[in-house]
Amino acid sequence: MTEQDASGDVFVLGGEKFTSRLIMGTGGAPSLEVLDQALEASGTELTTVAMRRLDPAARGSVLDLLRARNIKVLPNTAGCFTAGEAVLTARLAREALETNWVKLEVIADERTLLPDPIETFDAAERLVADGFVVLPYIGDDPALARRLEDAGCAAVMPLGAPIGSGLGIRNPHSIELIAEAATVPVILDAGIGTASDAALAMELGCDAVLLASAVTRAHRPGLMAAAMRQAVTAGRLARLAGRIPRRRYAEASSPSRPA
Amino acid sequence: MSSTRPSGIEPGHDVVIVGGGVAGLAVAWRTARRGLSVAVVDPAPGGGATHAAAGMLAPVSEVTYTEEPLLRLGLASLAAWPAFRAELEDESGAELDYRTEGTLEVARGADDMAFLDDLAAFERTLGLRVERLTGRECRSFEPMLSPSLRGGLLARDDAWVNPRRVVRALLTAFRKAGGTLVAERAAGIVLPGGGSPSVRLESGGTVPAGRVVVAAGSWSASLLPGLPVRPVKGQILRLRGPKGFLTRCVRGLVHGSPAYLVPRGDGEITLGATSEELGYDARVTAGGVYELLRDARELVPGITELELAETAVGFRPGTPDNLPLIGPAGHPGVLAATGHGRNGVLLAPITAEAVAALLTGGAVPEAALSCDPGRFRE
Repeated sequence: MTEQDASGDVFVLGGEKFTSRLIMGTGGAPSLEVLDQALEASGTELTTVAMRRLDPAARGSVLDLLRARNIKVLPNTAGCFTAGEAVLTARLAREALETNWVKLEVIADERTLLPDPIETFDAAERLVADGFVVLPYIGDDPALARRLEDAGCAAVMPLGAPIGSGLGIRNPHSIELIAEAATVPVILDAGIGTASDAALAMELGCDAVLLASAVTRAHRPGLMAAAMRQAVTAGRLARLAGRIPRRRYAEASSPSRPA
Repeated sequence: MSSTRPSGIEPGHDVVIVGGGVAGLAVAWRTARRGLSVAVVDPAPGGGATHAAAGMLAPVSEVTYTEEPLLRLGLASLAAWPAFRAELEDESGAELDYRTEGTLEVARGADDMAFLDDLAAFERTLGLRVERLTGRECRSFEPMLSPSLRGGLLARDDAWVNPRRVVRALLTAFRKAGGTLVAERAAGIVLPGGGSPSVRLESGGTVPAGRVVVAAGSWSASLLPGLPVRPVKGQILRLRGPKGFLTRCVRGLVHGSPAYLVPRGDGEITLGATSEELGYDARVTAGGVYELLRDARELVPGITELELAETAVGFRPGTPDNLPLIGPAGHPGVLAATGHGRNGVLLAPITAEAVAALLTGGAVPEAALSCDPGRFRE
C-alpha cells in the first residue's frame, strides 16, 4: 500500500486473498456475452451463482464463463424460504462445484425478498457446524450481524435496500454501526443502483460490495461494470484516507492567518 | 452404399437438412422451391422447441438493451412474414392463424410501469412505434385484463402465429415441392477430407448429401462439436377457453417477472414461459407451473376458470449473444441454421431466405450478415 494508490491493499475473505473488492452476481444479464463483458470490466474475482437456477454439468453455461476468466464461484441459496432448503441447497452446491463456500440467502417473502433473520441464523449455525465458509445475507441489523459473527460466519452481508430495487443505502447509519463493530469482513449486498451507492458503502467502512442488477440491467452493462469497479476503489481509498469532519460553516482552504 | 441407405432415399440429395423444426423446414421448403433436391432428417418434425413455442412475432415489444442487431434481424423477418405466410397458406392449403393486432404490454405495479416507460423511451429512440396507454385504455382493448393494472404499451406492428400449424404447413408445402422426409434420428455428420459431407443415422444408415444444413436446435452442438449452442429450458402451458377471451397478444410484467398470454382463433391460450439454464431437464415442475399461473392470473384473473389443457417443455437453442447461427459452419459443405433462442418462429422467413441464398448463390439479406457463425471462431 502506497500513499498514492491502493496497490497492496488486500481483501481477505474466508482465508483467501482478493485484490478486487467488487463481488458480482450473474442474474439479469440479457445474454452470456454481455455478462462476460461486464464481468471482465468489473475486475471481479468472486461471483455468485444461483444454484437453484443452474445445472452445474450443462455446457456453455455461466459457470464456463467464470472458469474461463478464473473467477471464484460463490454459490448462493437464492429462492430458499426455510433453513432446511438452504442447507440442502448448500450441500448440493458443495458436491457439484467442489467448494465449501456459500452465500446464505433465506428469503422471508416474495414481494420484498427481505431476508428472514431467524431462518438465516438457524441455517448459518448448521452450515458452520458442517464445515462451510458461510456468508449470510441479512437486513441492516447490527445485533444480528454480531450474532452471526459469533456463530462462526466468515463475513456478514447486510443489505443497502431490497434486492433489485436500486434504492441505494437506505440506512447508512446502521451499515456504519455494523462495519464498526464487526471483526469479520462486511460486504454490502443488495440495493446498489449506481456508482455513488457503491462508493458510499466503502466510505461507510464496508470491506466489499456485492451487486448484480445495477450492472446486468443497466442500458450498457459493460460501462456500468467499469463504473462500479472505479467507485469501489474510490470509496475504499477515501475510507483509508480519512474524510474531513463536517462543519456547519465555511472554513477558507487558504487561511488568512498563518497556522 | 445402397446397402446402408434407408429405403426410399434417393442418392445424392443436393441438400440434406438435419432437424425439422420451424427453422429447418422453412429452409427446406424455400430451398426445394428453388429447384434443389432436398431431404429433411427428423424422427418427429416440429417436435422440438417449436412444439413448445408461443409463436410471437414481436421484435418491437421484445427489444432489449444491448441487442440492436437482433432487433434489426427480427424487424426484417417480421417484414417478410406476410409474403411468407401468403405463399405457405397457398401452397399447403392450411390456415396458420396468423394475427396482426399487435402486442399489448401491461404493467401490474408502479415499478413495472416505470420499467415499461423506460422501455418505451428506448423503443422510440430506435424508431419503433409504441403507444402509452392508461390501465383503462388497456382494458378497452382487452376487457378481461385485471382492473388493477397500472397501464401499458401497445406495439401495433407486432404479430403472432400458431407454430404447430406453421410446421405442419411447411411439411406439406415441402413435400409438394418435391422434398423428402427421412423420419429418423441423425447421429452425426460425416466430414470426409475432400468429398461431400453426409448424415449418419442412429439406425446405422447414411444419407449422402451435396451439402448439409444443421438445423437441429439446441442439439446442433452434438452434431457439430464446438458450435456455441446450449439448451435453455422453457415451460409453457396451454389453456382452453371460449373464443375471443383475449384478442391480442398480452405480455406483462408482474412485480418484475415477465409473462405472456397468446390467444389462438379457436380459444386456446398459450401461457409462458420459464427460462431455465438446466441442460436437458425435461421435467414440468410444480414451481414452474405455479409461477406461470400466478403471474398470468395477476394480469388476467379470469384464466383460473379455463381448462388447463397441456403442459410442455421445450429447449430453446441459446447462443452467447442471443443472435442465431446462420451460415457456413466451419466445415466444407456444412451450413448452420440454428441458435434462434426464443425467436425461431419469428426468424424462420429470414433464415430460410439467407440459407437458400447461400445454397443457390443469391444475396444474403443484410440483417442476417450479423448471424455468420464465423463470429465465434478464432
